[in-house]
Amino acid sequence: MGKKVGIEVSIAAAEAVGLCDVDVVAAYPITPQTHIVEHLSELVANGRLDAEFVPVESEHSAMSVCCGSAAAGARTFTSTAAQGLALMAEIVYIAASMRLPILMLVANRALSAPLSIWNDHSDAMMVRDSGWIQIFCENGQDVYDHIFHAYRVGEDPRVSLPVMVNMDGFILTHVIEPVEFWTKEMVGSYLPRFRPLNTLHPDKVVTMGAFGMPEIYAEQKMAHDQALKNSMPVLLEGWDELAKLTGRKYEPVELYRTEGAETLLLAMGSLCETASLAVDQMREAGRKVGLVKLRLWRPFPLAEVRKALSGAKDLVVLDRSISVGAANAPVTSEISAAMYHEPQRPRIHCMIAGIGGRDVTPEDITNMVDLSLKGTEQECHIYGVRG
Amino acid sequence: MEEIVSKPIDEITWREIEPGGVITEAGNARSYHTGSWRSLRPHYLEEKCIRCWRCYIMCPDAAISPDFTNNRMVWNYDYCKGCGICAYECPVDAIEVREEGE
Amino acid sequence: MPEESKKKILKPLKNFPLEEHIASGHRACQGCAEVLAVRHVLKAIGPEMVLAMATGCMEIISSPYPLTSWNVPWIHVAFENAAAVGSGVEAGLKALRRKGRVPDKEVTVVAMGGDGGTSDIGFQALSGMFERGHKMIYVCVDNEAYMNTGIQRSSSTPFGASTTTSPAGKMSPSGQNTSKKDMPGIAAAHNIPYVATACPSYYSDLMKKVAKAKEADGPAYLHILSVCPTGWRIPPEKAIEYGQLAVDTGIFPLYEVDHGVWKMSRKPKQLKPVADYLKGQGRYRHLDETLIAVIQKGVDEKWERLLKMTEMTGPATSEQPAQEE
Repeated sequence: MGKKVGIEVSIAAAEAVGLCDVDVVAAYPITPQTHIVEHLSELVANGRLDAEFVPVESEHSAMSVCCGSAAAGARTFTSTAAQGLALMAEIVYIAASMRLPILMLVANRALSAPLSIWNDHSDAMMVRDSGWIQIFCENGQDVYDHIFHAYRVGEDPRVSLPVMVNMDGFILTHVIEPVEFWTKEMVGSYLPRFRPLNTLHPDKVVTMGAFGMPEIYAEQKMAHDQALKNSMPVLLEGWDELAKLTGRKYEPVELYRTEGAETLLLAMGSLCETASLAVDQMREAGRKVGLVKLRLWRPFPLAEVRKALSGAKDLVVLDRSISVGAANAPVTSEISAAMYHEPQRPRIHCMIAGIGGRDVTPEDITNMVDLSLKGTEQECHIYGVRG
Repeated sequence: MEEIVSKPIDEITWREIEPGGVITEAGNARSYHTGSWRSLRPHYLEEKCIRCWRCYIMCPDAAISPDFTNNRMVWNYDYCKGCGICAYECPVDAIEVREEGE
Repeated sequence: MPEESKKKILKPLKNFPLEEHIASGHRACQGCAEVLAVRHVLKAIGPEMVLAMATGCMEIISSPYPLTSWNVPWIHVAFENAAAVGSGVEAGLKALRRKGRVPDKEVTVVAMGGDGGTSDIGFQALSGMFERGHKMIYVCVDNEAYMNTGIQRSSSTPFGASTTTSPAGKMSPSGQNTSKKDMPGIAAAHNIPYVATACPSYYSDLMKKVAKAKEADGPAYLHILSVCPTGWRIPPEKAIEYGQLAVDTGIFPLYEVDHGVWKMSRKPKQLKPVADYLKGQGRYRHLDETLIAVIQKGVDEKWERLLKMTEMTGPATSEQPAQEE
C-alpha cells in the first residue's frame, strides 16, 4: 500500500498520470485545470516522466493532438474545463467515434456567458452525447484512483474508448485532501501496457476517419453506442480489481443511508459529500431521507438507477447545470426518462443547485428537500435564485 | 494485386464494422471502377510513342502503367476517367482521344 | 537509325518510383491536378510515412467507408486540425520510439490540407505546429477556393477570380476583391527550416522539394498550386498547361526558403503576360483590360519583391543557381 499524504488534488491527479507512464500530454491552460498540467510539465521537465509535453495553441488542437497521438498508439492525456471543452467539443465527439482511448480530466466549470471560472457541470453535460465514458468524482482520493481506472478501462481492447474523469473545479482541484498514493508496483499490476487495436504505422497500413455515406452512418453509430454500453462489465471489473488492491469500492451508483428512505436525494461529484452531511442531519431529525450518488454518467447505468430509485416516494435531483429552455435540467431529464416505465416510480423533483460556483451547504440541501416535498413534480427550481 | 474483400456498403452490419470505422485493407478503392465516368477514350499510337513517360507521370488517376516486356505504355480503362491530359501533354501526338464507343 | 531506336526503349524512370501510394479508384474529378500533386508528393516521400489529412476534396475523394484509396497509413479527424493531428502523431511516435515500443526507424509524418483548411480554418493549428517545431511536413494543396463545397472563395482565392461567394457583378467587377494570402511568406516568418512552393506541372522540382522537406531538421511547409479544372472552369486536359502558365507568368512563382535563404527555383528570362494565364479560365472571364492590368502590376511587384528577398538573404552556398527548365 502506498503512503497517505495531504496534497492538493490537482497535484495528486498529475502524479497519478505520471505513474501511468503516459507518452503524450497535450494541453492548453484554463482555470481551474492549470495546476494539473503545470505539474505534469514539471514532471516531464525534471525527467520524472518520459513523455512528450505538447503545449498546444488551443484546446481544439489539444484534443486534435490527442487524437493523433492515441491513433499512433501512445498513452495520451489532456485536461480542460468549460470554454476549453466547448472549443474542443467538435473533436471530443470525433475522438469517441474513432474509438481513441484518451484520458481527459475535466475540472468542471460553468460555461459562459457571463464568464465564470467557478464550478458547475454544464461543461460535462454539453458533451454528454459525444460517446465518451464519463465518470464523476466525489473527492480527491476518488479522482486519484480513477486516473488508473480510466486508463485500464478505456484502453481495454473490449472497450477502446476515451474516458472523461470529472472533478469539480476549485471545490476539488484547489483543495488539499488526504490522498493515499499508489506504488509503482500497484500500478504495474493494475494497468497493463496500452495495446491498441489499430495504430498509424507504415508496418501495418490502415485508414482512420473514413467518411460515412447514408448507407453506413447508422451502422457506425450503432457500433459506437453498443461499444459504450458494453464497456459496463469492464468498468465493473476495473472497480473490483481496484477494490482488491486498495480496499476502496466504487460503483456506478452508490447508496448512502437509503435503507427505508421515503425521500431520496440524487447528486453527482463533490456535491455528494455535502448531501451526505445533509442526510446525516435529516436522519438525526428522524426523517427517512437517503442519498444516491451517481458516479457513472456514461454509459448511463440504467438498471442500477432503476434499482436504486424505484422504492422511494420522492426523489430530489440536485442538478448542477441548466438546460436553458428545457422542461428539466439534464440529470433530471435523464432520470425521469429512466424511471418512466417503472411501475413503482418516485415523484421526481428537479433542483438546479450550485451553478456558476454558488455555494451549496447541507442546510441548503435540507431546504431543497422541504421545497420539493411541498411542490409538485413538474416544477424545476433554480435553488436560491433571487427574484 | 490481391483480391478486394470488402463487402458492398449496404450489406455491412454494425457488428462487422471495425472499431472506429478503421479500414484495415489498404487501397481497396481499386474495387471502384471510375472508368465508367469516361466519355472520351485515349488511344495509344505505339509507333509514334517516344517512351518519355510524360503520360504516366501526369495521369491523376494512375491509370497508365509501363509494360517493360512489350516496351509500351498500357492504359487501365477500369480507372481512366478520360480527362485527356495524357493526349494533350504527349509531345509527339502518340495518344488520340476519341468518343467512347467510336 | 541507332539514335531513334535508343529513344524508343522504355527505360525505368529515375526519381519517380512506380509504387502508387494513392490507389486508382479515387473519385477526384477528371483532370484533377490536386490528386496528381498528392500522387507526386507521396512518391517522393515513399511508404515509410503517416499522412494526416484535413477534410476537403482529397479526403472525400479517397475515403468513402468501407473503401480507401490510401496505401499509406492515413488519418482524417476534421477540417481545421490536420496540423495538430499530425503534431500528435509525430509526438506519439517520437515517445514510443524512444521507449522502444515501435520499431526504431524514421517515419515521415505529413499533414495535408487544401487552401481553406490551411489558410483559413486551419491557420491557427498550422502556426502552432510550426512554432512548436514538430519534425514533420505540412503540404497545402491549393486549388484557390473551397472546391469540395462548391467553389466558394477562400483567403487563398486570387484577386479577380469569380467564385460562388465572390461572384463578379455590377457592384463587384473583379469578383474576388482581395489578394491571395501569402501562406509561404507566413510560413517562412515562423523561421522554420524549409518552405517551398511547387506545382505538379513541374513535377521534378516538386519532388526534389518534397525530398528536401523530408530531410529538414524541423517543420517544413510546401505550398502546391493544384489546378482545379472544375472550379477554374477550364477543360480537364489543360490542367497541366495552366499550372505551367501560372508559373511562367509569375502568377505562382516557384521558390524555396531554406533556413532563411530565399531562392527562385525557376527564373524565366522574361515572364509571360498574365493574360496568357487568365484567358480561357471561366473564373476570370469577366475581367476587362483594366483589371488584367491591375493583376499584371501585382504580379510584377511580387516578382520584384521575391528577387529582392533572394538578393537580401543571399544564395545558399551549397545550392545550385536557379535554372531554366
